[in-house]
Amino acid sequence: MGPIARLLAQRISLGLLLLFLVSIVIFVGTSILPGDVAQQILGQSATPEALANLREELGVNEPAVTRYFNWLGGILTGDLGTALTSGQSINEAIGKRLTNTLFLAICAAVIAVPLAIFLGLLAVRYQERWPDKLISASTLTTISMPEFVIGYIMMFIFGVQLRWFSPTAVGYRPDADFFTRLESIALPVAVLTLVVLAHMMRMTRAAILNVMQSAYIETAELKGMSSFSVIRKHAFPNAISPVVNVVMLNLAYLVVGVVVVEVVFVYPGMGQYLVDHVTKRDLPVVQACGIIFAAIYIGLNLVADVVSILTNPRLRHPK
Amino acid sequence: MNIRIPFAALLGLFFTGLFFFVAIFAPLLAPYGYDQVVSNGFWEPASAEYWLGTDGIGRDLLSRIIYGIRTTIWIATLATLLSFFTGSVLGFLAAVSGGWVDQLLSRFVDLMMSIPSLIFALVILSITPISITVLILVIGLLDSTRVYRLARAVAVDITVMEYVEAAKLRGEKYAWIIFREILPNALSPLVAEMGLRFIFSVLFISTLSFLGLGIQPPQADLGGIVRENAEGLTYGIGAALYPAITIALLAISVNLVADWILARTTSLKGGRG
Repeated sequence: MGPIARLLAQRISLGLLLLFLVSIVIFVGTSILPGDVAQQILGQSATPEALANLREELGVNEPAVTRYFNWLGGILTGDLGTALTSGQSINEAIGKRLTNTLFLAICAAVIAVPLAIFLGLLAVRYQERWPDKLISASTLTTISMPEFVIGYIMMFIFGVQLRWFSPTAVGYRPDADFFTRLESIALPVAVLTLVVLAHMMRMTRAAILNVMQSAYIETAELKGMSSFSVIRKHAFPNAISPVVNVVMLNLAYLVVGVVVVEVVFVYPGMGQYLVDHVTKRDLPVVQACGIIFAAIYIGLNLVADVVSILTNPRLRHPK
Repeated sequence: MNIRIPFAALLGLFFTGLFFFVAIFAPLLAPYGYDQVVSNGFWEPASAEYWLGTDGIGRDLLSRIIYGIRTTIWIATLATLLSFFTGSVLGFLAAVSGGWVDQLLSRFVDLMMSIPSLIFALVILSITPISITVLILVIGLLDSTRVYRLARAVAVDITVMEYVEAAKLRGEKYAWIIFREILPNALSPLVAEMGLRFIFSVLFISTLSFLGLGIQPPQADLGGIVRENAEGLTYGIGAALYPAITIALLAISVNLVADWILARTTSLKGGRG
């Protein structure tokens, strides 16, 4: 257990270091750009008094390093600061929205992950035949479309024309019962599922095909095993690690896809909150959302890393 | 040597060509100006006068989409060129010089790639003025991290070749080694990647404009036109679907061509790359 624990500790501390560096990048990206921040936020017509007030509020008069450590200290103690535009605490707003966003993302993941693995296996089983070709053609199509295009097409067909689901998620209430909540987010979940499904299926197919080309699979086939039991007994155990990796990377991708889908369906989540406040140039909110999105993204990538170490004996003993 | 172009690639080439043709000759092809209000009604259905109908404030939708194609392709092309120039020069430099230059550049790229591109772009755009130049810079530089990784990986294999050793022993400068020894040999995998990066830029600028953080009205790009007309969808007016489908068509066409080039260049190397 010794070497594995050490390896895991090493990965986790690398992840934390990365997150620390990312926080610097986000802070520097929003503070040390050329030009006067206050001027940018208020526009050309701002009065000198308003500019001076805003500079005071942003703390621009203090040196950047002090501001950075104040901000970082706040985040570490769970205080994200106050929004410039509304004067309200960011914690409160983000708390509710983060749960909404995670609810949406988890619903999509619960559907997309098993489906993608199943379809990926199907594509491998019928490689180069019509199911495989159909699956690759549809993945190519969905990969080529931005999330909002798929979103509006589905909204128009299923929400407006056929009226199967509510076209937007405006009516979403977090305190409603589970099935009412599910009904109002059916379309955004479907869109997110389609978006990650394509990537996940394509990568699962590639990962399993890679395993299928190994010598031990050929041996099993030559023994006369049926193709499904070759996949089940020999290919699958070796494919777990790459497939889990694929799943985690795509869940990380889902977190970003959520931003656009929330805007399309007017869903009260983190993504919409971020985009709104980028438009309003509300820096504290943008910084807080940026660091949270980055943390989730890095966290999922870290999990992918850890799982592949745990499931792949060869990675447990690095040279 | 006979070159058989598969049907899918031919289709892709045709449509890609068509899109670039429209982009170049937009002012000649569009029946009306992009910001010209041609009618008092809004979201009129398609007619002989207005082939795709009018938009929310009575502008000809077809003309707007034609100009939108021009803007989108123009920005995506410049962003792709920028990302290739920056990414491949730095990638080659890292491979040739090795040591701390390589470490510094590679770790920096790792850091940049650990933040999702869209989130990174949103953070930057919250503080910079939103103009076409800034958008091209943001998209091109964020995308150059991917080109960097590819260029470095390809160049690392090339730097161990005898002709590069010979050039180093002759005392050639880095610029010579990068542009005369490595670039010609690294060109084919890089060109194959170019299509994919172009699609990425198209989707990126469309998404930013859709979010209202890209091209500002009355200028039009495809994502922006979707945004302008999205409100109509809930009333059953499909105007926003035309620009949306145009984006998808553009991306699919380029994808078909890129897939074909990728397959050809890997088969030239003899087997899977």
